[in-house]
Amino acid sequence: MSELSTAREIDRSKMQVSDEVAIEINNMNKWYGTFHVLRDINLTVNQGERIVIAGPSGSGKSTLIRCLNALEEHQKGKIVVDGTELSNDLKNIDKIRREVGMVFQHFNLFPHLSILENLTLAPIWVRKTPRKEAEETAMHFLEKVKIPEQADKFPGQLSGGQQQRVAIARSLCMKPRIMLFDEPTSALDPEMIKEVLDTMIELAEEGMTMLCVTHEMGFARQVANRVIFMDAGQIVEQNEPEEFFNNPQSERTKLFLSQILGH
Amino acid sequence: MSDLSFVRTEMLPEKAPPASEIGIVGWLRHNLFSGWVNSILTIISLAAIYGVLSVLIPYVFLSVWNAESLNECREIMNETWGSSHGHACWAVINERWLQLLFGFYPPEFYWRPILSLVLLVVALAPILYSDRVSSKLLIVTALYPFIMPWLMWGGSVWGTVSVAFGFVAGYLVLKYATEALGELFAMIAGAVVAIVWWLFIAGMFVGAMDAILPIALETVQSRKFGGFMLAILLGVVAIGCSLPIGIVLALGRQSHLPIVKWLCVCFIEFIRGVPLITLLFVASLLLNIFLPPGTNFDIILRVMIMVTLFASAYMAEVIRGGLAALPRGQYEGADSLGLDYWQSQRLIIMPQALKISIPGIVSTFIGVFKDTTLVSIIGLFDVIGLTHAIRADTAWNGIYWELFAFIALLFFIVCFSMSRYSMYLERKLRTDHK
Repeated sequence: MSELSTAREIDRSKMQVSDEVAIEINNMNKWYGTFHVLRDINLTVNQGERIVIAGPSGSGKSTLIRCLNALEEHQKGKIVVDGTELSNDLKNIDKIRREVGMVFQHFNLFPHLSILENLTLAPIWVRKTPRKEAEETAMHFLEKVKIPEQADKFPGQLSGGQQQRVAIARSLCMKPRIMLFDEPTSALDPEMIKEVLDTMIELAEEGMTMLCVTHEMGFARQVANRVIFMDAGQIVEQNEPEEFFNNPQSERTKLFLSQILGH
Repeated sequence: MSDLSFVRTEMLPEKAPPASEIGIVGWLRHNLFSGWVNSILTIISLAAIYGVLSVLIPYVFLSVWNAESLNECREIMNETWGSSHGHACWAVINERWLQLLFGFYPPEFYWRPILSLVLLVVALAPILYSDRVSSKLLIVTALYPFIMPWLMWGGSVWGTVSVAFGFVAGYLVLKYATEALGELFAMIAGAVVAIVWWLFIAGMFVGAMDAILPIALETVQSRKFGGFMLAILLGVVAIGCSLPIGIVLALGRQSHLPIVKWLCVCFIEFIRGVPLITLLFVASLLLNIFLPPGTNFDIILRVMIMVTLFASAYMAEVIRGGLAALPRGQYEGADSLGLDYWQSQRLIIMPQALKISIPGIVSTFIGVFKDTTLVSIIGLFDVIGLTHAIRADTAWNGIYWELFAFIALLFFIVCFSMSRYSMYLERKLRTDHK
């Protein structure tokens, strides 16, 4: 796995974990048909936490974070996001989705809209922001991800790394309180992974609550305050990154780490 | 340093391609004479094209334009070219073209269909060329469905106004009651208001207004409609209505609500499983049996409904194909931003699905437009039906080619325009590498 090569020191002044609970998951279970994907998940995330979720493929880590904004339905247990309980009530789901941003492996930008339109669409239609204000916010976040000059292009004309940064900016335009990242760098060429990770690091430095499913262990080491290891639909181990990498407890974790860090 | 080591010190400049690759010579060599088999095929094709044109060009251009009857045509041909074979008698078109275009529509009112056509162009312009035509013209588009029937069929203007008013009333109720009643009940309330208006109040309103301010066009009966005008009328209605109905059916077929889904599936599969001719016979004959005696349900309206339903079922399947081609990520992207179902359909899913389906949609449009000629079988005098009527005249008994060539030309112009427009639209909507 590529180690993160950021030369600069990470500014930890704003990376503080507060006492306020952002996400609470209680005994959550999920099945695909008869297949038990997630088993008795219990997890509490505080505001300001940066959590990296690692694990072999098929371990349910993507499914877990996709349950948090109801892209997947959970069948048992309780999920409370930002004080709102996820249930079948569409109003609650919409409310949570407004407060939770999500970045996907394949970007999921809207190819028929320009970059600027991609960014302003949800603020205008969901938050009812006036167009001019939405465009100003959009340009602000495009500058933050360092591609303001691409505003009038279409997603298909951008490189993968640029598209992913646009996707991050698109989520940020909704001013979310929590950001979910579902393998944001897995579909990128090695040269482009760094630019996306830099953007994510900046976001962490500003104190954003983040849950990242990723294989970038360098990122986990530097940025996360907690690493969660999942296997077979369960949380096997969680710890601070130092402890997690240097002193893994479970055999499954040791095997996983030896395989991804061993070369 | 080892032998393997190599570092380029200067980059190679671009060079011009060899002369045989570019220009006319290059094109000919590549496309027509790239080997001896291809060269022989090229020569055979050229000979075949020459053969066809050597017959077709004299037929079309060495022809008779002025004559009273087919016999007179033949006499002129014999005198001029020594044979009546291989020359067209366009005189029939010269004499009957108005009838082929308008059917038996009263000639003194020809301005009405012509004005309808002009307004149609104005109404379509802001939709077809949204980037070049002012969106203010959309008001014409909105009014056109009410103006066109009034112009074509005539009657009191207040009838048209009252129909339009029903829609406006329904819409206003929907708009202002949504807050108080919620979307679903507001929709129902709006529909109820509109229906009550049409059924019970509209009649009185029209009577009263006619007494105060009678504005009316002379009525033209449906049986007088015909010719190419009828094809355009049926085509425009079927095309205009089938797209929105098709979208709704396609969404319904994908719905998670089982009853909605099965209703849509049954409708689509039934209509697609039945020939259009059957539906037209149902429209012209069977409906009268089921409707209460004395109901006067206009034959053209019945045909319009059947052709529209037929086109909608095909449209639904074409659009479903477009929906299926969209990656799941587009739905998830829209969902994760908090867009609700209708917003994500309208802003994200449909624009892309329709764009993917453009070739299929336009093929369906063209097919439906050409299928309108089938109404000649149930006794309407569309342009095909009129050829029988023209041949029934002793003067033109026995004339076929010229009439059908003219009809083919009319249809080709319209269908080819649609096809070119769809290609323009596809180019315009391309956003991948601009």
